[in-house]
This record gives sequence, structure tokens and C-alpha cells, in this order.
Amino acid sequence: MENWSLVSICVLFGLTARWAVSLNSYSGAGKPPMFGDYEAQRHWQEVTYNLPVHEWYFNTTDNNLNYWGLDYPPLTAYHSLLCAHDHGFDFCWVLVADLLIYIPAVVLYSFYLSEGSNKKKVCTVLCILLYPGLILIDYGHFQYNSISLGLALWGVVVLGLGWDVLGSLAFVLSLNYKQMELYHSLPFFCYLLGKCFKQGLAGRGLFLLVKIAVTVLVTFALCWLPFLSDPGQILQVVHRLFPVGRGLFEDKVANTWCSLNVLIKIKTILSTDTQLYFSLTTTLLAILPSSIKLLMKPTLWQFKLALVNSSLAFFLFSFQVHEKSILLPALPVCLLLNDLPLPAIWFLQASTFSMLPLFLKDGLLVPYVVTSLAFLFFSIYLLSAFEHCSEDKLRLGPYRRLLICMPRMDLGRVTKWKFYFSITAMAGLSFMSVALAPPDQLPDLFPLLVSVFSYLHFLGLLLYFNIVQIAEPLQSVRKNQKKSN
Amino acid sequence: MCYLYVELQSVISIPPRLIHRGQASVYDTGCHSTDFEVHRNWLAITHSLPVSKWYHENTSEWTLDYPPLFAWFEYSLSHVAQHFDKEMLVVQNLIYTSPATILFQRLSVIVTDIVFIYAVKECCRSVREEKGSKDLLGHPFFILAALLLWNFGLLIVDHIHFQYNGFLFGILLLSVARHLQGRHLEGALLFTVLLNLKHIYLYIAPAYGIFLLRSYCFTKDNTDGSVRWSSFSPVRLVALGSIVISVGALSFGPFIAMGQLPQVLSRLFPFKRGLCHAYWAPNVWALYNMVDKALSVLGVRLKLLDVAKLPKASMTGGLVQEFQHSILPSVSPSITLICTLLSIMPAVLSIWCRPRGARGFLRCLVVCALGSFMFGWHVHEKAILMAILPFSILAVESREDAGIFLMLTTTGHYSLFPLLFTAAELPIKVLLMLLFTLYSFTSLKKLFRGSLLNPLETTYLLGLVAVEILCEVVYPLSPWQHTLPFVPLLVTSVYCSLGVSYSFIRLYVSLLRQHGTDKHKQL
Repeated sequence: MENWSLVSICVLFGLTARWAVSLNSYSGAGKPPMFGDYEAQRHWQEVTYNLPVHEWYFNTTDNNLNYWGLDYPPLTAYHSLLCAHDHGFDFCWVLVADLLIYIPAVVLYSFYLSEGSNKKKVCTVLCILLYPGLILIDYGHFQYNSISLGLALWGVVVLGLGWDVLGSLAFVLSLNYKQMELYHSLPFFCYLLGKCFKQGLAGRGLFLLVKIAVTVLVTFALCWLPFLSDPGQILQVVHRLFPVGRGLFEDKVANTWCSLNVLIKIKTILSTDTQLYFSLTTTLLAILPSSIKLLMKPTLWQFKLALVNSSLAFFLFSFQVHEKSILLPALPVCLLLNDLPLPAIWFLQASTFSMLPLFLKDGLLVPYVVTSLAFLFFSIYLLSAFEHCSEDKLRLGPYRRLLICMPRMDLGRVTKWKFYFSITAMAGLSFMSVALAPPDQLPDLFPLLVSVFSYLHFLGLLLYFNIVQIAEPLQSVRKNQKKSN
Repeated sequence: MCYLYVELQSVISIPPRLIHRGQASVYDTGCHSTDFEVHRNWLAITHSLPVSKWYHENTSEWTLDYPPLFAWFEYSLSHVAQHFDKEMLVVQNLIYTSPATILFQRLSVIVTDIVFIYAVKECCRSVREEKGSKDLLGHPFFILAALLLWNFGLLIVDHIHFQYNGFLFGILLLSVARHLQGRHLEGALLFTVLLNLKHIYLYIAPAYGIFLLRSYCFTKDNTDGSVRWSSFSPVRLVALGSIVISVGALSFGPFIAMGQLPQVLSRLFPFKRGLCHAYWAPNVWALYNMVDKALSVLGVRLKLLDVAKLPKASMTGGLVQEFQHSILPSVSPSITLICTLLSIMPAVLSIWCRPRGARGFLRCLVVCALGSFMFGWHVHEKAILMAILPFSILAVESREDAGIFLMLTTTGHYSLFPLLFTAAELPIKVLLMLLFTLYSFTSLKKLFRGSLLNPLETTYLLGLVAVEILCEVVYPLSPWQHTLPFVPLLVTSVYCSLGVSYSFIRLYVSLLRQHGTDKHKQL
């Protein structure tokens, strides 16, 4: 079948899955007094429509910041204002945003920046569109992550095609939509800087650097225009965006601090300031190797890996992380589906699983089960994940060197079995979370088990992706690079 | 290998069904179709009341109007239901919709869908294909599996209208598959069971009857294809007869013994309902009504008729009632029966005179189903599926059939749009329709290498888009929305009936042309 028809079918399929999920219950449905994220979006439309710009981020009699105060950058606010003008069925807006921003970026990425036959590219489109985490959060929980992630993806695609200035523009827009995109900012910075260095700082490199810097500054200025008149405004917005007063973590999230808290109660031992510095230091240490490597070798492949490593490191070690932030590493991992199918699928499934307590709270059990099963099935079958399971394909060379004491072990098979075991364990834990009631002394047992289990996966995969990125030689001696799979 | 692909297809089909069930189960708490209550009521009746009362019970308006075997089916379901929620089995609990009830009902449809998936697998096994390797997506059996499992009409109808259509069509397709595989007794058994589950399949009984009589009871043909009376096998006839009688006895037996047969029959065939359903199915009578209405409006405008003398009630008012036509002669049930019989007669005679094996039978079956759809009394637009689903098998085997299939399916599926009318369902029905239509067109085009429709047909199908935009977007914003609310339904119905009628005629022409070629072959 021709490509366009196959791609259209995949896109339609993805859209249908999204809409079907949206018809389920949503976050906070029928749960006063705070309701949930759906109510938050509706409230922001109210605030931006009725109040003047300089009151949007301030606590006034008309705007009670404790009731879902605006805590995303200005582009979200403008978007809410746009939605408020045509307050139709809100889920339509998410679908439209997906259709206009995220989905075209996915299609372009698969066709222009990934390798393989045409059929493989179409399969990649389908698998990326079927990633359950994003569907469930955007359409079930109700948020607009596809806009910020889509814009970031546009940034990657455009940079991959060589248009550096436009790429940085796209990314700055994405950053101004959700501040969490800061997780991706370091790789973008290092990649562009690395490219400038490569082109020689004395000549073209400097020119490129200046062009990018100017683009970034101008875009920022344009987005923040209404707030630039008053420094107090800027400070208040920043204060809303980065609530450092809220502590190291909230609820159960699959990162280091929450998991460490099980053994040592860090939240009580250390003061808030110490916590802040501690997390900052560990985060920087974690992202340093990857960023330096990217700076030295700014290729697309390194860029994708760096995006994964940086955002995952931020997720695991940063301050005040929410479980939904796993979507940030998940996006670049989706881009790796074609190259490293098994680890990517493993990560994506684990990321969906880590959000299970959230889905249960929102009444999204059935969509979770169905989309996870569909994703696993399609991606493993279409991307031939188990066939690309040899040591070579998984780039497990460094692991082999570490395990010289056990030369006979086939690391590829070991990985496959670990994958089976992991998926079974996830299924088991999911079933237990739903069917069994936790013991009275440990009411949070299942969410905790889920988050610790996911954490171990993320940590292992962070290590793996870092090793893959760093072990690659600096000079691109790509021996028999397969063009078609 | 082939089985793997079909298994893959069947697994692929489960998620969307589950998504729809899952979302419908929550969505249902707001508004859901009456069919939900109908089946709950039947569970209650069969569980709580003794058999003698089943067809007399009328506490609820949704009385038992399916044959007894279906009642036994509901009875067995009710034994599982009592573990979910005992309250749903109390007859007096009208419109009882606890979450457990909804869950049970939805699960029962999903589980019985397994029959459908198995039937699709069997059909795929029987498909003829050319030799030569093709990639997976190009294999006819893959395309057939996709067309059946992802059939837009079935997804929509089962999802909203909550019937056991997947289960019933599964039995029908399995019976067809058995005939294609040469296992005629099994096919006959399955069809008899089906007939006793839902009597609407009486419409295609002539095809079965004549085919089995001609091709199964007469073991050999003459060289020119005509009947060899000497090869009549009484054994086979007796075998068939005993199957029919025993299944019938199982189903109707208790009621005949209790002398309740007239009551059961009156429940099964309620002719009090009008010529057309509230929303006109796109058949001949829709066109007939349209012409009648147009003539009456014209007559009033030209002052040829007196407005006061015209019947007041509206056929399109959304209620099910008897109706008289204004200008053209009124149509009674017996007239529709005669028209239906006349329409299927040539096809049935053709498989008597020149049987073309199981495929000829399948073609005749589709013609019977479509004929009864075109001319039947109180036809529901869902009945188009009875023609579309079996026709899918023929569509992947012959180029001409594929062309007719595309026309029939697209029009037939579009005519189901008014079944889902809320704003939330609009994207789903549009997306699913686009998905199915795009897939069917591109896959069949690739299979038969070339365009399957002529420009006129393509224009007609594109016109469907215009009709959709008109009905969903333009008309609600116009001033006539309140005074003439039925116009979108009327337009949809009439436009689709043109397409369906055209497909019917083309199908008949192809059947008779094949009959003609066979005759020429003998000469």
C-alpha cells in the first residue's frame, strides 16, 4: 500500500485511541472541592478571559492562587485565553493540538530522521502514536502535554534537518509553554554549542552562536512581553513556576528521593535548603558526562541519547518532581524505538506503569490496561524487538567487558528474560493494586511498591543509556551501518 | 503462519472493542440505549419467572420478542449475572443500571464476541487466493479479517445499541464458512440454531433451503448442470430434516407442549409497527415515502389537493406507528412480503437451475439479505450488516464484487451515522468511518491492482461528505432546525437508499450474468 494511506491509517488509529480514552472519566470528575486537572484548565480559561494580564499570576480577591493558581509559563496562559473564546468541548482542543503539532512532528521524524524501509518508518509512527503514557495523561487525566512535547519534537526534527535557528525557536516556544521542558534544555544547549565549536568559534561558529542567541532572546521577550514592564511581575511568575517552598517531593514518585525515603527519612533529617542543594548537586553530577560527550560530538544520535539521559537524570534527582514528568524522558525514548527497540519499549512500558496510582485515582484502569497491552503487542511485533536482541544490536559491549568473569553468558538472552520477568511483575503488581486491599498499617503499600519498582527500572535504564552514549567512539567510524532493516 | 496472522488480527480487534466497552461503561451512566434495558429485562424474566410466563410477561414495555433459544441463552447468562448483582434480575426493577449490571452486560458481549472472532478465522481459511508470495498486508485473508473484525457498522452497532450482533453474526459467518469448506451438515445445524436465536434470519432461509436441497440432497448433477433426479439422497434429506426438527424442538418444544405457540408467534411478529422505523432505513420504501411526500407538497402548492384532507401524523416524527401515505397507495405488510419474495425469486431460482457451489450460495444469500432489506416491513438500518458481512468474503475474491462491495459498504455504513447523534460521539464515528473506508479502498485497490469504481460512483461517494457536513454542521445553524428537525435524517436516508439500491441492482446483474455465462458454457 502506498505510504500516505498507511500513514493516514496509523494517524487515524492513533486519534481514535485518543478520543476513545477521552470519553472515559477524567481527573477529578465529580470530586469536590478541588476536583482535578480538568477543573484547573477550565479555571485558567476563566482567569485569563476575565482578568487583566498583570493579575494572572498574582493572588488577588478575584484570583485565589490556592485554587489551581496558574503555574505554567505565559504561553499556557495565552492558550487558555484562546480556548476560553470558544469554550466548546474541551477535549476537542487537545485533539486539535495533537493533530496540528504533535502528530505531524512524529510523522516527519519517522520519515526523515529515522532509518529503515518505508514499512519500518510507518511502524515507527504507529508505535510512537500508541505510547500509552501520553494518551492517558493528555486525554484521560486531561492536560496539554502534547503541545510542549510536540514543539520540543519539532525542535529535534528541525535541528536534525540542519536548520539550527528554527530548531532553537521551536524549543524556546516549547519551554515557554511548560517550564518542565528545562529538563531538555541542556542537551539542546550543548548540541548547538557543540555545533558552533565544530564550525570554529572564530568564523561561522560565532555567527551561528550569535544568531541562535538572538533568536532565543527575542522569542523569550515576545512571550513575556506583557510582563516585561514590571520586574515584580517577572519575579512573581518565576516564583509561581518554581515553587521551591513545596519540598523535595510530593506523593509517591519513582525517583531517588522518594525511594530513598523508604529507608532513610530524608525529608525530616535534612532542612529544605540542604535538600535543594543536595538534589541540585546530584542532578548536575548525573547529567555531566552525557552533556560533555554531546558537546564533544554533536551528532543527531548523541543528541537523542543526551535528551534521554538528561531528562531522566533530572527526573530521578531533581526537586519537586511529579510522576507525570516521566513523559519528558519518554519522548526522546520514543525516538529511539527504531534503533534500540527492546530497551525503548521496556522504558516506555515502565513509564506508563509508574503512573498507575494516578490512573487508578482517575478511574482510568480499563484504558490503561487496553492501551498498554496494545502498545506492547504492536511495538514488539512490528518493530521485531526480540529479533534485534543480540548483544551487538543492543550495544552491550561495555557490559560484556565488565562481566569478563562470565564469558559464556549470552547477554542478549539474559536481557530478554529480564524483560519477560519485568513485564510479568508489572502485570502482577497492577492486578494487586486493583484487586487487593492494602494492610491497615501500610495503606500506601501498593503505590510505594509501584514507584520503587519503576525507580529501579529507570535507574538501570539511565545507566544503560549513559553507557551507550559514552561508549560510542568520538570519531564516527560506523562499521557496516545497516541502511535497511 | 497463516493462523498466526489471523490470531494477530483477532488480538488487534480486542483492544478497540474493550476501549469502546470501557468508555461506554462509564459513559453509560449518563444516557444509554434502551436495548440495554431490554436485555436486562429479559435476563430478569428468564431468571425469575417460570417458563410458562416468559412470553406472557409484560410488566416492562420491552417484551420478549426473540425466539425461545435466545430466551434460553439469556437464562444461562442470568445464572452468571446473579454473581454480579442480584437486583438486576428482579423484573420490577425497571431501568435498573448499577455499575455491576453495566459491567456484566458489557462483558457478556465481549465474551460472546469470541464466537465472531473464531468465525472470522474460519472464513479466512476458506478464502481462495492466487499463488505467489505477497506481503502480509496484501494477503486476501488478512484483508478479509480486517474488513470483518474492524467492520465499522458492527463496532458502532454493538457499542451503542447493545445487542449480541457479534455473537449472532459470528454464528452466521461460521455457518457460511462450513458450507465453503464442504461441511454442509454443520452449516445447516449452525443456521438452524441461528434462526432459533433471532428470527430475522428467516429472510435468508430461502437461500439455505434451496441450496441444501439442490446441492446437498442431490449428490450429482447432469453434465449440463441441471438436476439429476435420480441422484436424490433421502438419507441426506432426513439428516437435514432431523437437524432442523431437533433444534426446533429444543427451542419451541416446551412452548408447543404448553399450547403457547400462538402467543409466542404473536410476540415474534409484531406487525403493529409501521412501514418504516423512526429513522427510515435506506431502502425502497424510503424512496417511496420521499416521492409520496414530495408529491403531496407539490399537490398542496399547486392547489390540487386540500391540506385538510391529508393525514396529519408525520412518518418521520421519530415515533413508531402505523401510517398512511397521502398520494401513492399505502403499503401493507403483505405487499412488502410479496415484493421481497419477488425480489429474491430470480436469485433463488438461479441456484436451483445452475448451482455454482458454495460461492453461488453465498452470492444468493447476500442477494436475499439485501432484497429483504430493500423491500421488508419495518426494516432497521442495522439490517444492512446482514448483507455487508457475508459479502466481504466475496469481495476479496473477485474484482467486480470488490467494486460493488465498496459502494454498498460505504453507503450502508454512512446510513448508520444517525444512530450516534451526540457531540461526544461525532469524532469517534467520523474517525472510525474514515479508518474503515480508507483501509477498505486502499487494500482492495492494491489487491486487484487498479481502480474499482467509475467516476460516477466516486462522485456519489464524495457526495456523502457533503451530506455529512450539511447535516452535522450547516443545518443545525440554519433557521429550519426547529421547524423541520427531521430533514437531516430524511436527506441521509434518501441519499443512502440511492446507493444501496444501485448496489442491489449491480449485484443482481452480476448474478444473472454469471447465470447467463454458465448457460452459454453448456451450449
